[in-house]
Amino acid sequence: MTKENIMKKDIVCIVCPRGCTIQVNYDKNGIISMEGSSCKRGDEYARAEILSPTRMITSSVKIDNAKYTVCPVKTGAPVSKSKIFDVMEEIYKVRIKAPVQQGDVIIKDVCGTGADIIATQTFETES
Amino acid sequence: MAAALQAYELGVKDIVILERDNSLGGILNQCIHNGFGLHVFKEELTGPEYALRFSEKIKETNITVMLDTMVIGAEKDKTLYAVNPEYGFMVIKAKAVILAMGCRERPRGALRIPGSNCAGVFTAGTAQRFVNIEGILPGKKVVILGSGDIGLIMARRMTLEGIKVMGVYEIMEYPGGLTRNIVQCLDDYDIPLHLSETVVKIHGKGRITGVTTAKVDSNMKPIKGTEQYVECDTLLLSVGLIPENELSEQMGVGMYQVTGGPFVDQDLETDTEGVFACGNVLHVHDLVDYVTMEGQRAAMSAKAYLDKTLTEKKSAQKIAVVAGNGLRYVLPQHIYLKDTEEKIKIFFRSRARFREVYVRASVGDNVLTRRKLLRLIPSEMESVDIKMRDLLNTGSETNGIGDLVIEVEQ
Repeated sequence: MTKENIMKKDIVCIVCPRGCTIQVNYDKNGIISMEGSSCKRGDEYARAEILSPTRMITSSVKIDNAKYTVCPVKTGAPVSKSKIFDVMEEIYKVRIKAPVQQGDVIIKDVCGTGADIIATQTFETES
Repeated sequence: MAAALQAYELGVKDIVILERDNSLGGILNQCIHNGFGLHVFKEELTGPEYALRFSEKIKETNITVMLDTMVIGAEKDKTLYAVNPEYGFMVIKAKAVILAMGCRERPRGALRIPGSNCAGVFTAGTAQRFVNIEGILPGKKVVILGSGDIGLIMARRMTLEGIKVMGVYEIMEYPGGLTRNIVQCLDDYDIPLHLSETVVKIHGKGRITGVTTAKVDSNMKPIKGTEQYVECDTLLLSVGLIPENELSEQMGVGMYQVTGGPFVDQDLETDTEGVFACGNVLHVHDLVDYVTMEGQRAAMSAKAYLDKTLTEKKSAQKIAVVAGNGLRYVLPQHIYLKDTEEKIKIFFRSRARFREVYVRASVGDNVLTRRKLLRLIPSEMESVDIKMRDLLNTGSETNGIGDLVIEVEQ
């Protein structure tokens, strides 16, 4: 393996208020070295950020017959960061109808992530 | 809502919530992102979910909720004047009042940015309401001035909705919002954060077409020659929040210039007897969980006031709590001494950024407590606990008890 294939990334840890900057050296096979964290949880966070970063997505879907025109939603579990815009494409397409209860599943297993898109607000039917 | 529920649980019979919006929950309803509730519910909720936990509980009580109701006047004797479409004009005579009106955003006028007076300049919260409640996008190409949390959250939200966020400009040399928001709202989407830079001019006729940005020196004055033109059709302002205290002032409540909220004692009681304050109307919080807890405390004090157990305190000695070295403000600002075992939580914000410091609470030469903080920054509120007993012990027979000073150790 040549040196050029080694990638470097500075990760600001958000696990605790200390906010360590962790320098990670990695290549396509995985992490080579990490420096700068002050605890195990920080190491784990940095490892996850390099190997498989995930995020919760919160957005809104169009809704008819409700007080407002959009209903807020979230992913039921964190999804892979690389899938964020794929998930958003699915969210754009949806149009629901009131009534909706907070916790209702709007899209099941969105983009094969295993996570559902869930309503986070309750709307009664309004004429 | 937290205050009303707490008062209800303590046995207060006749509670009314006066709300000018058409639903309960205030700004939480438009904060559709997650991160709320880690302290109160030990799980991560979105704003609407957090609000619903309380409004659902309120439905199970006999608390009167008046929506679409604007309080248009208030008096020192706790008479409130309100209007709504159902009852028209109302006079409400309260025995105790809990102020929980929240805050509003600093607008363009407070910044005096030169340039044309065109459409397309919004506060971040207004844009948030447009996108998350009304389902309307404010523009296509956005510049954000100020790195407060709402601005950062909106940078991500608008990016997800296909809006191009050109950059976030922060006049200070450090960001105003929480680190996790810098990482997850800006870095994740490669949105540039320009520190020590600001907007010096707004361009556009009818609608904004761009802004001129400039770097600033250590006195926050724009540096000549660093100006850059940035094209945009929308400018969002995320430049601070102001507690909304017009009604408090009508009630004769003394105001603390630094927080923009009322002066309070350890019971969150204002200068006006029986009037308590909590949440962002008292001082701007960074976590809703702390707002909830403060509301609950205000309700406990209001209940004690109704039970007449608070009335004695004002004949006791009152000492000042002072923000010493490194701190911008403390809360409460004064303490009535009582011969009890109570613990007093003193909240504070720093003036600058510190790493690995001790914050000390002392009266004269008596150090009551020291707390080590790995990091102390203006955007994150911190606290120390004081025992009333320790405070009383600092006095001697000849001298009374001096001011309580909270400060960063040199």
